[in-house]
Amino acid sequence: MSRKFLSGNEAFAEGIRLARPQVISAYPITPQTIVVERLSEMVEDGSLSAEYVHVESEHSALSCAIGASAAGARAFTATSSQGLLYMAECLYYAAGGRFPIVMMNADRSTALPWNIYGDQRDSLSQLDSGWIQSYAENAQEALDLALMSYKIAEDKRVQTPYMANLDGFVLTHTYETVDIPTHEQADSFLPPYETDNRIDFETPKNMAFSAGPDTNFIFKYKEHKGLLAAAEVVKEVEADFARIFGRHYTGLTENYLTDDAEYIIVTLGSIAGLCRETADKLREQGVKAGVVRIRYMRPFPNEEIADVLRNAKAYAVLEKDISFGNEGTVFTNVNSALKKAGIDVKGCNFIGGLGGKNISAGDIENIYTSIAKGTESVNFIGIGGGGNGK
Amino acid sequence: MHEIIWLGRGGQGAFTAAKLLGAAYTIDDDNKYALAFPSFGPERRGAPVRAFTKLDTKPVVDRSQTEKADYIVILDDTLYIPQLQGLLKSTGTIIVNSKNNIDGALTFDADKIAADFRLPTANTVMFGLLAGLSGVVAADEAVEAIKGYMPAKIHERNISALLKAVQEVAE
Repeated sequence: MSRKFLSGNEAFAEGIRLARPQVISAYPITPQTIVVERLSEMVEDGSLSAEYVHVESEHSALSCAIGASAAGARAFTATSSQGLLYMAECLYYAAGGRFPIVMMNADRSTALPWNIYGDQRDSLSQLDSGWIQSYAENAQEALDLALMSYKIAEDKRVQTPYMANLDGFVLTHTYETVDIPTHEQADSFLPPYETDNRIDFETPKNMAFSAGPDTNFIFKYKEHKGLLAAAEVVKEVEADFARIFGRHYTGLTENYLTDDAEYIIVTLGSIAGLCRETADKLREQGVKAGVVRIRYMRPFPNEEIADVLRNAKAYAVLEKDISFGNEGTVFTNVNSALKKAGIDVKGCNFIGGLGGKNISAGDIENIYTSIAKGTESVNFIGIGGGGNGK
Repeated sequence: MHEIIWLGRGGQGAFTAAKLLGAAYTIDDDNKYALAFPSFGPERRGAPVRAFTKLDTKPVVDRSQTEKADYIVILDDTLYIPQLQGLLKSTGTIIVNSKNNIDGALTFDADKIAADFRLPTANTVMFGLLAGLSGVVAADEAVEAIKGYMPAKIHERNISALLKAVQEVAE
């Protein structure tokens, strides 16, 4: 193991190097570019043995990864924002074809107005595409997820592509200390990819086929079950990971001071650290504050969310996203989890950080204060109440 | 926690200095933590750039931009404005690369030291001045950071310039 001062992008690239992908298809886009640059350097200097394919667009980048996966190779690609949207058609091909590709997405604002800064509208708009979606908080978790992602995606119960999301700039371009495991450790954790879901001239089979009304539904149902199965596999893989690398992760969600919490912020990604620090500060003032960090948006942690919010007086969902004409998508998902569990706790949505706007400690403190005294259903940090539904 | 804001123009290496400080602080010490980040944007040559370094003995989880800094280090004196005082802690200090005196700031002619060592920019000089003034990192830690995180061919000149700056402050 070695310790280095790396950006989130560089840490993720190190994790991918350790996972030994056989094919990397690359099309650069800010703020993802450094990942594919580092990987190309690794292929060049021989520290990573992979076929590195320069493609002409994001649509081609994912198509190339699908082709590689269909040949039985471990495949990697990365994108961001408009790039993710441009490859949207292929997202569904990858998921429906059950190709366990790993793709890093640097979460970035979507046009117009054009903007390269971080928010989560790009990936959250693709929740329905059939991919596993994780959201890292820091560079160490980014590296660790890069390594865990293949083991989760390739599990026979899952066989589902994996989108690892890193907040643009705030995580992708922020430098911090990262422990890099050795190849020996990584190899003992992640075996080479083996699958029957591949082109094989000895035992030819039909792949990427059509399915009419009589069978199509069954394939879609199986795709759904595969994604759901990832919830259990994530826990198993994290247990293996902790045994080999000594770092512990907590499944689909991570709770902080929630056992007796009256006011809880539910959020995702790199803003969670500031939420925890603010909860600490409020605890000193006697406010029972807690934080839930959603680590996986798909499969969605319905039961975990319901369990942790059950005894709260109020909760806020803080997200860098909006589904125009309604509310933040994470808020919709959290509310559904509570409704299904028959839990009636007052929840409010706080939308912030769109287009990279800084979210300050004061903003987080205001969220706790607002839900304690009651506020509108949908609030826009720095702008005010939402007028949702009016 | 120590918080440092770096101001420069695109191409002057403000973010590189911010990274070097974080790397120096954490080098060879598993109980020290740092974050270094730019003010997030397409860095164009000549455009104002802000960068931030946060140093602590516990993991730094607040990734928001610094609102109250211990030090503001300015690589280009045309970027100094009196309003920057509002971004300082009461004990904070502003250090400016300038040939002139500036009220409320310490000034050093870092460009001259950089030129003496044939460096096109004064970022590692300002890093050395900060290290010498603040003591947040030792000179040998700063040197290790340059060795670990800058291209080999520019190690020698940058290390010499940094050590000269540290010496300048000591005098």
